[in-house]
Amino acid sequence: MGKLRMAVCGLVLLAVPLADVPAAAESAQELYRLYCVQCHGTQGNGEGINQTHGGLAVSPRNHTATLEMSKLSDADLRLVIAKGGDATQKSELMPPFEHTLTGAEIDALVRYLRVLCTCEGKK
Amino acid sequence: MRSRRSILLRGVLLGAIGLGLIARHDLRAQEGEAIVKRQCVTCHNISGPAPQDVAGVLRRKAPDLFYAGSKFQRAWLVKWLQQPTPIRQAGPMFLNHLVTRNGKDKINESSVKPCPSRLYPRQATAVSDFLMTLRNPAMKAGIIAPSKPFSDAKAFRLFSKQLPCNGCHTVNFKNRKLGGVSGPDLRSAGLRLNPDWVYARIQNPQYWDPRTWMPRIEMSREKRELLALFVSSQR
Repeated sequence: MGKLRMAVCGLVLLAVPLADVPAAAESAQELYRLYCVQCHGTQGNGEGINQTHGGLAVSPRNHTATLEMSKLSDADLRLVIAKGGDATQKSELMPPFEHTLTGAEIDALVRYLRVLCTCEGKK
Repeated sequence: MRSRRSILLRGVLLGAIGLGLIARHDLRAQEGEAIVKRQCVTCHNISGPAPQDVAGVLRRKAPDLFYAGSKFQRAWLVKWLQQPTPIRQAGPMFLNHLVTRNGKDKINESSVKPCPSRLYPRQATAVSDFLMTLRNPAMKAGIIAPSKPFSDAKAFRLFSKQLPCNGCHTVNFKNRKLGGVSGPDLRSAGLRLNPDWVYARIQNPQYWDPRTWMPRIEMSREKRELLALFVSSQR
């Protein structure tokens, strides 16, 4: 019986190779630290380690730049997080996160960006 | 009649040698398991699962090893375990090794320590044999043939221009060191990593590590293969 159960488990594993593993819910600040800080920096000013050590071909956006950030609508921000820089005529070094983050997580990040820039988006 | 007996004897002899080798390998793996359980599990997770949240990722001191047999190449493990060097320039988790000066984040290099293992050759062989038993049965083998010819220029364009890989990973291209530092340094990935695992990791990073900061990017099978070939050519 034990062997049969193991065989069934094995077949199930083989039938769904490399399936998604749901991750726990996180605060927007934690999401920003995990996914964004490496390029945009702990202060959100675009001076993350991939920029300061790697020297990226295009500088990451400064999320604390009130004037620049206020030119972007929330929909613009949502689009660039979901689809990446390449899909929005920005740097292709900005990855698309639509298959990594949930819609709710992307919305939370957009709200967090508004805190960082102390600005509202273009309506 | 005589030749049949001779063939039979040879078969028995070869079988015995084979069984002896398997038994020796198993004994070595058992010795390796004992070393790992004694010296490595304070930092490495050898039984899974990977951390499910950011707090767990921040607590992780060293890479997970519960699928090491799918991920690594044995020959590299044997060598590296005797003289470990850092693979991730910013440590296993970059957020734990940052300092900010004048508004710029920098790696706090004094806090990035190499694995302290420094095993003797016999121990390194035993540990490698054990780690190679830690396989993920769902990962398909034989997908990538590292000897398959590919265009280096086309692959690098994909790696650095069409996709954002180079933002976080350092590679060599035309004798130049290029790329970011928050992900593993890929300059020796061709010796270190199983090409099939590279393919599977690109296909779904979150399958291996739900809260890895490497994004999952949809792409064609051909592009994924080209990336895996490029990474596997880094030596």
